[in-house]
Amino acid sequence: MNILEAEGLTLSFGGIHALADVSIAVPKGGITAIIGPNGAGKTSLFNAISGFYRPSRGTIRFDGADITRVPGHARAALGLARTFQNVALFRGMTVLDNIKLGGHHRLRAGALGAMWYLGRAAAEESRLREEIEREVIDFLEIDHIRDLPIDALAYGLQKRVELARALAMRPKVLLLDEPVAGMNREETEDMARFILDIQEERGITVMLVEHDMGLVMDISSHVVVLNFGSVIASGTPAEVRANPAVIAAYLGERAAKQRAA
Amino acid sequence: MRIGDFHASYRHDEALFDTRVQRAWLGVLLAALAAFPFVGGSYFVYLACLLGIHLISAAGLNIMTGYTGLISLGHAAFMGVGCYTVAVAEKASIPFYLALPLAGLVSAAIGLVVGIPSLRIKGLYFAVATLAAQFVLGFVFREWESVTGGVRGANVPAASLFGFELAGDQRIYFLIVPLAVVMLLGARNLFRTRVGRAFIAIRDRDISAEVLGISLFHHKLLAFAIGSFYAGVAGGLWGYFFRVATPELFGLPLSVFYLAAIIVGGLGSILGTILGATFMTMVPEVLRALVAWAEALGVQEAGVFLASIRQVVFGLLIVGFLIFEPHGLAEIWRRVRRFFHLWPFRT
Amino acid sequence: MDWLLLAEFSLVGLLSGGVLALIALGFVLVYKGTRVINFAMGEFMMVGAYLFWTTHVFLKLPWWAALALTLVGIAGLGAVVERFVLRPLAGQPVISIVMATIGLGAVLHGAAEAIWGGANLALPEILPRKPLILGEVLLPGQVLWSFALAVALIAGFTAYFHWSKGGVSMRAAASDPVTAYAMGIDVRRTQRLTWIFAGVTGAVAGIIVASMTSLSPTLGTVALGVLAVIILGGLDSIAGAIIAGLIVGWLESITVAFIGGQARDVVPYLVVLVILMVRPYGLFGTRDIERL
Repeated sequence: MNILEAEGLTLSFGGIHALADVSIAVPKGGITAIIGPNGAGKTSLFNAISGFYRPSRGTIRFDGADITRVPGHARAALGLARTFQNVALFRGMTVLDNIKLGGHHRLRAGALGAMWYLGRAAAEESRLREEIEREVIDFLEIDHIRDLPIDALAYGLQKRVELARALAMRPKVLLLDEPVAGMNREETEDMARFILDIQEERGITVMLVEHDMGLVMDISSHVVVLNFGSVIASGTPAEVRANPAVIAAYLGERAAKQRAA
Repeated sequence: MRIGDFHASYRHDEALFDTRVQRAWLGVLLAALAAFPFVGGSYFVYLACLLGIHLISAAGLNIMTGYTGLISLGHAAFMGVGCYTVAVAEKASIPFYLALPLAGLVSAAIGLVVGIPSLRIKGLYFAVATLAAQFVLGFVFREWESVTGGVRGANVPAASLFGFELAGDQRIYFLIVPLAVVMLLGARNLFRTRVGRAFIAIRDRDISAEVLGISLFHHKLLAFAIGSFYAGVAGGLWGYFFRVATPELFGLPLSVFYLAAIIVGGLGSILGTILGATFMTMVPEVLRALVAWAEALGVQEAGVFLASIRQVVFGLLIVGFLIFEPHGLAEIWRRVRRFFHLWPFRT
Repeated sequence: MDWLLLAEFSLVGLLSGGVLALIALGFVLVYKGTRVINFAMGEFMMVGAYLFWTTHVFLKLPWWAALALTLVGIAGLGAVVERFVLRPLAGQPVISIVMATIGLGAVLHGAAEAIWGGANLALPEILPRKPLILGEVLLPGQVLWSFALAVALIAGFTAYFHWSKGGVSMRAAASDPVTAYAMGIDVRRTQRLTWIFAGVTGAVAGIIVASMTSLSPTLGTVALGVLAVIILGGLDSIAGAIIAGLIVGWLESITVAFIGGQARDVVPYLVVLVILMVRPYGLFGTRDIERL
């Protein structure tokens, strides 16, 4: 069963198609990787799914419902979470407050209740705090940094905090945009382990855009290849690796022919 | 020196005043506030009342501008709305404990009228819309004579509770100061919860706010409504304190005064609101004292310059703090505190 | 409705909008040149007019010498503001820079009041009074001449901005300071020049307005109304600025004719609020919604 389906997505900026008639299906519970050369439209696809861009044509179905017209902020409540290529954390806040923002859509306190900080507002805040400590901070091993400001963290840790914030949203589908870009080997291995744990232990469907082919081939159950805004191949990692169109896109036409010969 | 705090539970970690020492200080502070009108001189009681009003209004502006990033150039006009609301409500013999919330609500409602169209678009449109509100409301205060009394203004009767008139600084103190304490605590609490975090997320202008499920428009509007509510209540208290509402009180210079207060104190900080409002309440008093001193020394008519000097000083404070200490007095305070916490060991 | 009266006031309004367009140009130049919205523009106007009063009326210099000194003085003020207020704030959030210009406005306003007093002063009428009579419509000479002067200045500045080397570097420095710097453009110099230009346009507009009405520290208040209207049209369009100036001039004139003088100053703001409610994306209709 597919938890996320895009059909005929078209997105253009000033005449240039960032996405041209893209259709993908993301099976529930797996890890789907979107790969492709730079400018292939991977991030545009994520932006369309998370509601930043409104596609000019096409539909997006999530968990059985059409969400094409649902505004971005309402998609979080439906169970879509994402991280960004260039870490998008709030620099004026501590790590803990950043992660707490992940719980925003699950909490209900209104302004008046918040000001009194009695009853529900206080109760749900301390419940959120406990959940975050248990499900996210311990899990991602970031308890030593929870009170630090974001700027004090190394890049790899910032990426981990961003993942923590997305997990605090308790999503059904997690979109990761280049989760290991700029990381060293050890950090990359940690991240790969976290992604696998998220998928296996929590049953969260993961979708990721990544350039690190080693990682993609190791952990993905399904790979979609984009080039010039169109899907040129999809299947298991092994199938995609053997696909001539993919090799051509990555290595150029000539190399592909040489390999075939 | 304190070596560190160890918390037994997360709930404890979330508490506002977490150590016994802090709770004790809080008790002392509240007792001092309660005793103050009986021991402080009448001038200082007057100042404390004025400060209470400034604190509430500055807290409202800091919620909008400092925490949410919405520049309001019309804060004074919203105070004016509160002040006139109280004047009208008292005429209809509505008691102050209903009139004050009403002042806040009317102000917030007018805030929504200005905010709904302008908050959907660029931040700059909001600044201009509030500037427009400042002038349009000022015009209404001047021209709608049947309600506002025009340029001569409207008188506000004393607030009274079961026939006991809260007239005079010493009595009105017990209305203003507790309310200021409660509203500051409310503002502080706001930023321990989802609502406040969403405001800060919007200010930090990151694309991820929306992905986290934060409706930008809804929260910007909410921040503006809360800020206007605070302004309205402060304006209502202003009415009960000075017993008069006139259009020129609530002009652009007062809006600039509050902007100066939150910049000097520290944008996005409740401590900064307190420090900034206190500082800015003192500045005109110090200037007045200096002018009196200059006149005593024989400088003729130094008093004529008081208003203009005040404006120059406010402007210089804004520019100076923005350039040299953008995080305001709150940051200086934190530095000093850190120094004494670790004293005598330097870091 | 009296159509002749409407026509006459409309024409006078549009013509007096010329000076306001000059003020608008000052806003746009600074915005295009340094990406700053200068809330102290009105104070530049006011200070310029006071400098002219001091040199011309108080020191009794001939008008051309007084004008030259005024322009030198205001250019110096522009340069000082750029160097000591704006440059230290480079790279700060927009909110800080906007508030710094508000603070600057308060400083200039208070200083002018302390130096020259709050009372109204009179500038001599510099522009000829002789009216132009078009059929049954009478156009006051001052309004006509102020319009002509404003048009000439706007044309000059626009030409400079578009074609001269200095103007082109200003635009380059504004749109991408780093690249401009790499291309050998002295970004600091061009930014200083931008503020000097803003000061000069403001001073000229201030002198014209003061000579037609009177001079007081609140002379510059009109600039905020112009700013409010320009923002609707977009701050980076010179054409939009000119239109905004004309619109404000027309509105004020019509208001005075049909509603009354006391409503004059508030009309631009009222219009801005109404437009925001009816057409929130501005007069020129681009749905350029800022993310967040």
